[in-house]
Amino acid sequence: MTAEAIAEAPVRPVEATPGKQPMIGAPVRRREDRRLITGQGRYLDDLELPGAYEAAFVRTPHASARIRSIDTTAAARLPGVIGIWTGADLPELVKPIPPKVSNPLLRDMPRYPLPPERVHFVGEPVAVVVAESRYVAEDAVELIEVDYEVLPAVSSTTAALAPDAPRVHDELDDNVAIHVTQVAGEPEEALRTAPHRLSERFVIARGGGHSMECRGVAARYDVGTGQLTVWPSTQSPHYTRNMLAYFYGMDEDDVRVVVPRDSGGGFGPKAQFHGEDAVIPYVAMLLRHPVKWIEDRSENFVATMMERNQVHHVEVGFDDDGKLIVVKNVFEHDQGAYCAGLQVPMITLSTLPGQYRIPNIHTELIGCYTNMVPTSSVRGAGRPQAVVAMERMMDRIAEHLGLDPAEVRLRNMIRADEFPYKVGLTFRDGSPLTYDSGDFPSLTKAVLARFDYDGERERQALARSAGRLVGIGLGAYVEGCGLGPYEGARLRLTNDGTVLVTLAATPLGQGYETIYAQIASDAMGLDMEHIAVATGDTSRIPFGQGSFASRTTVTAGSATLQAGRELREKIFEVAAVLLGAPAEELCFQGDRVCAGGDPGRSVSLRDIVQVSNIGKHGITMPRGVPAGIEVTSYFSPERASYASGIHAATVEVDPDTGQIKILRYVIGHDCGNVINPLLVDGQVLGGFAHGIGNALYEESFYDDAGQPQSASYLDYSLPSAIEVPKVELVHQFTPSPLNPLGVKGAGEGGTIPVPATIANAVEDALRPFGARITSLPITPAKVFAAMTATNHR
Amino acid sequence: MKPRPFTYLAPTSVDEALAALAEHSFDAKVLAGGQSLAPLLNFRMASPEYLIDINDVAGLDRVRRVDGGWHIPALVRQRTVERSPELRAAFPLLPAALEQVAHPQIRNRGTVCGSLAHADPAAELPTVMTALDATMRVASVRGEREVPAEEFFQFHFTTSLEDDELLVGVTVDDLPPATSTGFAEFAPRHGDFALAAVAGVVTRASDGAVGAVRLVASGVAARPQRLTAAEKVLLGQRPTPDVVGAAERAARGEVDPTGDIHASADYRRHLVGVLARRVLTTIAEEGDHA
Amino acid sequence: MGPGVREPTTTVTVNGARLVANLDARVTLLDALRDRFGLTGTKKGCDQGTCGSCTVLVDGRRVLSCLTLFAQCDGRQVTTIEGLADHPLRAAFIKHDAFQCGYCTPGQIVSAAALIREGRAGRDEDIREYMSGNLCRCGAYPRILAAIREVASGAHA
Repeated sequence: MTAEAIAEAPVRPVEATPGKQPMIGAPVRRREDRRLITGQGRYLDDLELPGAYEAAFVRTPHASARIRSIDTTAAARLPGVIGIWTGADLPELVKPIPPKVSNPLLRDMPRYPLPPERVHFVGEPVAVVVAESRYVAEDAVELIEVDYEVLPAVSSTTAALAPDAPRVHDELDDNVAIHVTQVAGEPEEALRTAPHRLSERFVIARGGGHSMECRGVAARYDVGTGQLTVWPSTQSPHYTRNMLAYFYGMDEDDVRVVVPRDSGGGFGPKAQFHGEDAVIPYVAMLLRHPVKWIEDRSENFVATMMERNQVHHVEVGFDDDGKLIVVKNVFEHDQGAYCAGLQVPMITLSTLPGQYRIPNIHTELIGCYTNMVPTSSVRGAGRPQAVVAMERMMDRIAEHLGLDPAEVRLRNMIRADEFPYKVGLTFRDGSPLTYDSGDFPSLTKAVLARFDYDGERERQALARSAGRLVGIGLGAYVEGCGLGPYEGARLRLTNDGTVLVTLAATPLGQGYETIYAQIASDAMGLDMEHIAVATGDTSRIPFGQGSFASRTTVTAGSATLQAGRELREKIFEVAAVLLGAPAEELCFQGDRVCAGGDPGRSVSLRDIVQVSNIGKHGITMPRGVPAGIEVTSYFSPERASYASGIHAATVEVDPDTGQIKILRYVIGHDCGNVINPLLVDGQVLGGFAHGIGNALYEESFYDDAGQPQSASYLDYSLPSAIEVPKVELVHQFTPSPLNPLGVKGAGEGGTIPVPATIANAVEDALRPFGARITSLPITPAKVFAAMTATNHR
Repeated sequence: MKPRPFTYLAPTSVDEALAALAEHSFDAKVLAGGQSLAPLLNFRMASPEYLIDINDVAGLDRVRRVDGGWHIPALVRQRTVERSPELRAAFPLLPAALEQVAHPQIRNRGTVCGSLAHADPAAELPTVMTALDATMRVASVRGEREVPAEEFFQFHFTTSLEDDELLVGVTVDDLPPATSTGFAEFAPRHGDFALAAVAGVVTRASDGAVGAVRLVASGVAARPQRLTAAEKVLLGQRPTPDVVGAAERAARGEVDPTGDIHASADYRRHLVGVLARRVLTTIAEEGDHA
Repeated sequence: MGPGVREPTTTVTVNGARLVANLDARVTLLDALRDRFGLTGTKKGCDQGTCGSCTVLVDGRRVLSCLTLFAQCDGRQVTTIEGLADHPLRAAFIKHDAFQCGYCTPGQIVSAAALIREGRAGRDEDIREYMSGNLCRCGAYPRILAAIREVASGAHA
């Protein structure tokens, strides 16, 4: 189905069969809940793998070094040690892990699972120990002597781009991994002629995903079948399978990747392929014995990919009314030691213009290699940085012209009648960047009304006159989501008469077992209780991408809808034969298919599966009955759909300490049609908590030598119940014309504009001082420094 | 995140514990609540050959009244002190500070004496005990001795305990009449180690002037630091806003913190002044209303 | 395990059942519960005492099982999430959708059960403060708060 075809039809949620309570849009409680609150959830480390050995890794303590030698003799003698392998011991694994998203301009440097010669960031694994227990494995790790030639390192984009910077990779003549510019209109000319120009430099710090469950992988090789079974804690089981098949030279069908039924959060880094993922299954094959590695939090702090560090140089040109004429955004992106994928900076490139009509755009990425753990997507994925760059400048424009920041935004916003709106830039898939739908001004007005914007401004004025530092901030954003290439759903009638929805995508707490049963229920007109959902097993469905980029409801949801409709037809085809009634007269009643609404003329799903799927050995099928009631459907979105929103906050700054208190926070959110409002609200609120971390608390510090300085939650401040304030939600539902459900992504919108919104509010609070907030997270120490700097002016 | 192997000893009397300490001294670590030690073990930053678990030692788990004060033996949990009505009445400073220590789970197991013996310069209890002029009761097979808090805390994670000595308890003398106390800290998140903290104990003379004062800061030096210059400003003065302001400036001037990833030296110095002012302002108001 | 390691016999009552084990003295209560007794409801989030996922009750008080040696629990009563079968918090967590991935949830529920018994769940600020040792990266805090508030006030009955 093409987007245009759908767009012409009135866009509305899927309707349930007449008389049946619609499930799509209902706040259904989750099926997952019961096991999770009783301690019966099954996460990776809860799997029963009797006798499994446990692994631990030797990791380099140096950010840049050459391995001279590794002495494992003392460790190998330790009772309970099963085996020790260095990179040099496993030449089969000395293959580069390709970037997940690449670009012809990328100067790609090889990332090896267990590098044999050269290490590029603290925490990179150089040897693996397998032992009878993790205790012994860690004892052995301590006994392994690695002789390193320590080399100079760089740990910021500024250091990486300095003229005499040490080179992260010996093979390159500098530390630039990629340099891409995108232009719309005539930005240089527009900057020259704009009536007003403003510029600023913003720094956004590194932060992590910090799922409460760390990474991990377990594997077992079955000599009899030649099949390798791998249990990773991943967001992308099929990606892991494909990578393992590539590394081991195996057929993909011989590598079965099963994500445990429960996952303790992903947030981006678990969608990546880390070196350990290749090493552990391999040594399990070598040993012909199950091996398990569960990452501990210390490892997580140094070896799990991170995100966010970017330096933005932004310049805007605008007219006397505050209308944008041009924006120029040159940003340094910290790629880390290797390019694990270019998705983050590419998303930043295309997210910059946001909700505004901007005739001239120059957006330029300088991706740098640094001696730090590589970059992956983390909830928000390049968007929070772009929103900081754009939304901070919207406030500066208002300040410069003496206009209200809400008014400046409204003057520049794309109107509801301008969709589909072509931004003028190219999306990362090469297509013209096009927003599918939305109504930015109306959501903004709804948020301002809920926030009582004018009242807040009056209260702010009163507070200011009483000497209090109160500020108001807004932050608008768009979120390209529901990305391709595709996701699938396989629906099958099982032998007990249940419809089983099998997805390649794997849940991380979003409630897939519930949501996809809701969608299938409406697609089929069958009650939810007869529908089950299975996820995350490559042996159950051959192709898939994974759960990331707020894409699964769009893709897997639409696939489930299509497959559900087709499965209904197939079931009715069988029932029509068995009941001798035309298919048009059939409907579901409980677990039976009923003709003409007459329960006397009905056949159960069990009866149907008996005839069409189970059959009788050697006996011919009844005429007209198809064999095998099963439908697999894939949905490939034509392009990204765009969720949008705007946040509004009031903050107060303690002039003594620089401490920031959030007095009010309103979130306006438009993710199109909603499958389950209870769960969408949970996603938005949860994303907001992550955004609070990015705005005020979280930073992964590295010193100049590339040594990580945040190695525990004592040094890395993850928000707790105290730090996350009360939030008010405002919803708008603008359906996407790009998929039959009309849905958009909901997983990241809560996070994306929070740093920009709070930074705007803090700078507004400090306006009496003229203090500038340009570095995130905004710690009290930075606020104090900003106030002090202006005091001394 | 697994400790190195160690031999586990579980003495049931102080004498047994002291004998074990005497035998293994430098190679041993004492385990009470374990809330500071266990992370160090898990990180393999501490690796004693012997772990002497004193949790089964009799007679160390109850706060008791002693002549002119209260004695908190080695196994009294932080939570017990935090929620003890008697101690709250005698030393409001203790619950005020304890509520800022980590989280309830930690305080349920963590002991007061364990935190003191750990001597983290950013921790609340060493600062508060220094402000209260508490006395450490230290024992070994060689005998017992008493050490004032100010001598006990020496450096980062270093006390005047010898390798064979056990901190068996801490004694806090009753506060004189007309004494007010206050505690304030500033931490990035609730429960985090403070960037800086100030504890104050002020005794007013009959004319309302400050007769005695102990003002102690943490987070600014390798051990709790008496703010003696600020104390001098206050002595003999009524704690008016002007006097408190002068004390704030004196406090700021007399500390010499180092900067780290969380806060610059300047910011810490500034915070000590702010916190000193806040503590003194509370104390002044309380004293004026008494 | 290395030479000279004494393996104390530890007897502990977990969720009402008396369990005996001889484990290496360095084994934490968390590892003993999960690996030895198969009680995997208690989760390991950090092993550093900073996240609260491994919260259990020892003699009725909430503690972090990653910072507690199993050997220290000789003669103690331990309650894990599996032992809170009929606690009203469970229904309240479902009602308020107070979790997503569920990994921190056992720790949240055990911690909240203790908080309510401690009698300090009267005000929202108190619940926030006394639950601040239990991190939730999914960010379900407002709903966890709502669930605890409801049970603490007796409104669930």
